[in-house]
Amino acid sequence: MENRLAVEVEGLTKVFGATLALDAVDLRAARGEVVALLGPNGAGKTTLLKLLSTALKPTAGGGRILGEDLVKGRDLIRRKIGMISHNHHLYEELTAEENLRFAATMHGIRPDRDRIRKALAEVGLETQAGWKVRTYSTGMKRRLVIGKMLLFDPELLFLDEPHNTLDQAAIALLNGYVASVRARGGSAIVATHNLSRAYDMADRFVLMREGAVTRRIEKDRLMVDQLREMYTRYAENDDGDPGAASPARRAGGREPRVGVSEGTW
Amino acid sequence: MVVAEVMRRTWAMTWKDVRVELRARERMNAMLFFAALVLFIFNFALGPDLSKLREAAPGLLWLAFLFTGMLGLGRSFQAERENECFEELLLTPGDRESLYFGKLAGNILFMVMAEALILPLFAILYNLEIWAALPGLLLVAFLGTVGFSTIGTLLAAMTAHLRAREVMLPLLLFPLTVPVILGSVKATEALLSGGGLAEASHWVKLLCGFDVVFLVICPLAFEFVLEE
Repeated sequence: MENRLAVEVEGLTKVFGATLALDAVDLRAARGEVVALLGPNGAGKTTLLKLLSTALKPTAGGGRILGEDLVKGRDLIRRKIGMISHNHHLYEELTAEENLRFAATMHGIRPDRDRIRKALAEVGLETQAGWKVRTYSTGMKRRLVIGKMLLFDPELLFLDEPHNTLDQAAIALLNGYVASVRARGGSAIVATHNLSRAYDMADRFVLMREGAVTRRIEKDRLMVDQLREMYTRYAENDDGDPGAASPARRAGGREPRVGVSEGTW
Repeated sequence: MVVAEVMRRTWAMTWKDVRVELRARERMNAMLFFAALVLFIFNFALGPDLSKLREAAPGLLWLAFLFTGMLGLGRSFQAERENECFEELLLTPGDRESLYFGKLAGNILFMVMAEALILPLFAILYNLEIWAALPGLLLVAFLGTVGFSTIGTLLAAMTAHLRAREVMLPLLLFPLTVPVILGSVKATEALLSGGGLAEASHWVKLLCGFDVVFLVICPLAFEFVLEE
């Protein structure tokens, strides 16, 4: 039977040298769901995304991504996921078509010219396919990244601050792509500190601070203003949170986990 | 099937590096100018004494090769550092060896191209008759370049994200490549003194041995470098 959970991890911990970057985080996301990780800079959102996407190995904890073991099944996971980051992961000196051909080959996909042309056409870059990426605007680069994702056709999408420096048209294209992944039964985990964008995209919200989850919120329970209020309280301030006294967590003197989790996800 | 996949990924990696370099022309330009400078400076420093020049020639030639190669290695992950393309490579499924061999092939290619300019310039500046020894010199240059680049590619990946990478790379690389440097200089000395390949054979064998060892160890270590 197919696992209904796209993400199922427990106790994910990451230590860099003496710094505890992520402290025993549990997370679940069902297939077809979009989960937003919310928190200020340094909250551990990007580290969590890197662990979930197998770019980093956890110091402790584990789980399953799309039914595959997070550590032992890394290669299988990598075949099923896609990453869209504020850093667009494109080679500036290559053309758009060359970038897609290279990415496809490295992902074990046949770099079929028609398929690449079709992906470029879908994101409106067919006439600029031969341009060097260096000459592209930020919005065009983001469109090209979406074109790359169309080639990979991921079941689970990771987005790290995806709306940074994008104009309205590029934001609409990105949101439309995430919606299309979801419509096909795919899932997405979005790390952002932009609450309105997160509210538009996600079904659930995970508030984070200093490497720990401080609150989990279902969208149907609240309006965007309420989300903002909870964000201020649980992700930015220390209100009602005796475990979050220290700004810099050290691995040697690990502190108790912050906040309370609601529900089982 | 797996071998074909590894070959395809390796070729894609090398093709990408060559294409980026052909367009940006940052690495080769820097390497060639630097090589010419090194040769001119040594020439001026040693003066017109031919016997002294010939005595120092094997060492000077390899200093020019290695300094130039070091410059190229230091820039070999420049394209991956831009826009965090390294992270994208990390997330590609499949083997890690093809990433390594793709990078290595590009590094060897650029270093060989630089050496192709250094060698004739060296012969002219130092008034050396190298034609008789040329086949042997080319063999030794290739084996030395492979050994140097094999460790260099691994260390360049290891130091790519360090702020002090320009300092760290030579500090790590030169001590580890001492056997390759020694073998290359000694073999070149034997060839330039007119001994032929027979006289240089034990140094050539030593170079082959080190190349094989490094070619086995470095790709395995590369996976750990990437994942950590």
